[in-house]
Amino acid sequence: MMAVRMSKPWHALSQEAAAALPAQLGVYEIADANGKTVAIRYAGGRTLFGLRQKVSEEAEARGPGFQFRVEVNQQYQSRWRELLMAYQADHNGLPAENKQDNMPLGVISPG
Amino acid sequence: MDLQLTEEQKLLVEQVRRFVAEEIVPLEAHLDPDASELEPADRERLVEKVRGMGLFGLDIPEEYGGPGVDLVTRTLLAIEMGQHRAGLYAPCYGVFGQMGLAQLYEADEEQKERYLFPVLRGEKRGCFALSEPSGGSDPARAIQTRAIQDGNHWVINGAKMWISGADRADFALVFARTDPNKGRNGVTCFLVDTDTPGFHVRRVVHTLRSTHYATELQFEDMRVPATAILGTVNGGFAIANVRLTEQRVPYAAGCLSVAVKAQAMAVDYVQIRETFGDKLATRQTIQNMIVDNEIDLRTARWITLEAAAKADRNESFRTEAAMAKLLASEAAGRVVDRVMQIHGGYGVTKDLPLERWYRELRIRRIGEGPSEVQRLIMARDLIGGSFH
Repeated sequence: MMAVRMSKPWHALSQEAAAALPAQLGVYEIADANGKTVAIRYAGGRTLFGLRQKVSEEAEARGPGFQFRVEVNQQYQSRWRELLMAYQADHNGLPAENKQDNMPLGVISPG
Repeated sequence: MDLQLTEEQKLLVEQVRRFVAEEIVPLEAHLDPDASELEPADRERLVEKVRGMGLFGLDIPEEYGGPGVDLVTRTLLAIEMGQHRAGLYAPCYGVFGQMGLAQLYEADEEQKERYLFPVLRGEKRGCFALSEPSGGSDPARAIQTRAIQDGNHWVINGAKMWISGADRADFALVFARTDPNKGRNGVTCFLVDTDTPGFHVRRVVHTLRSTHYATELQFEDMRVPATAILGTVNGGFAIANVRLTEQRVPYAAGCLSVAVKAQAMAVDYVQIRETFGDKLATRQTIQNMIVDNEIDLRTARWITLEAAAKADRNESFRTEAAMAKLLASEAAGRVVDRVMQIHGGYGVTKDLPLERWYRELRIRRIGEGPSEVQRLIMARDLIGGSFH
């Protein structure tokens, strides 16, 4: 059974690190230098190069000082929502940048 | 049965067909290929448009404010509504109104005020918590969730699996065993608010269907009042069964909807695509696929409409509903599979909706009672006897 929370290792966010990623679909998290998650996103079926492209765009937009981790996942829509709900349950709120999405989201209590 | 559509049915079908083509398909060009929700502003705009068409809440009985459309017509419209990428599990993204929980019409007046009417107004959502990790095909025997009476309350412990929409539901219809010695006559249905202490949505269950996902629930010493019982103590299986039979007709129609669209795509494509100097349409192997698709579609369509017609006449339609569910889910899978083959490499990409339909249709042979259970139901009706 897949763990509810993502357990992949964190890496420094950079163009080099992004270039090493597979061009596959999946979900990813971005954290600041202190390790606080600021966004949970997905690389979906409309991206040209999946996770590689999305993480590259994050590196371009943010500059140095951030971390990321990815999970290759064809079920990226349900996995993305699950990660957001798990974060919400653990922290009583969404990551700062996801709050702006204003998306309808459910409630889980993963224990 | 008169196979001719009435003038009103023709107009409604044309109206919904145009709505899908003009309002839904263009929006999908900008959505994620696996999306099942519209942007809130788009949704609001289209709901208002549907209300203006007088077609919102098609499944709501007339006495509760629905438009009073018979099941044959609703089946015809369901076949139209699903003819887009997200159409199998999110026909028109729900702007015609969500499928209601039919069991709520059996509720008492207080329960209707608390649950049914808010659902009909779009203010509350419910989920249907029947299947368990121990099995979903034979729920009456598989249910291990226990409810034990404690004065004027019941204390519920157990787990549920494959429950759609529980994470966003305001309440759940929870089926629990109240008499361990009575088999299907020992199950009771409870209406439980999802913020009740002890109600937990533990995880999303990831499947071939990435949106409209299922969840796993756990109940830990969940205490509910006796007034939460829907119907009678130990009468829950009959309540569950209402849904399991009636749901099969629209379920079959949904399968047909995407298969009809896939067949249309194939008919167009074979007249454009050339191989070895000629159109695919001239190849006999391709022609056979198109013809086999049409046979599958028409067979399943007529059985589905026959089930709906018998329901409209208040005749027993259990055999026909089971046959429709089995035929439509299996036929649609074959049709989409052939259409993918015709489209070659493009067929398996996310550029086209076929790969999503292919994945999601596989679930339809299992959901709402797998093909094997539908055969059991038909065998029981044809031969007699009960399950052993």
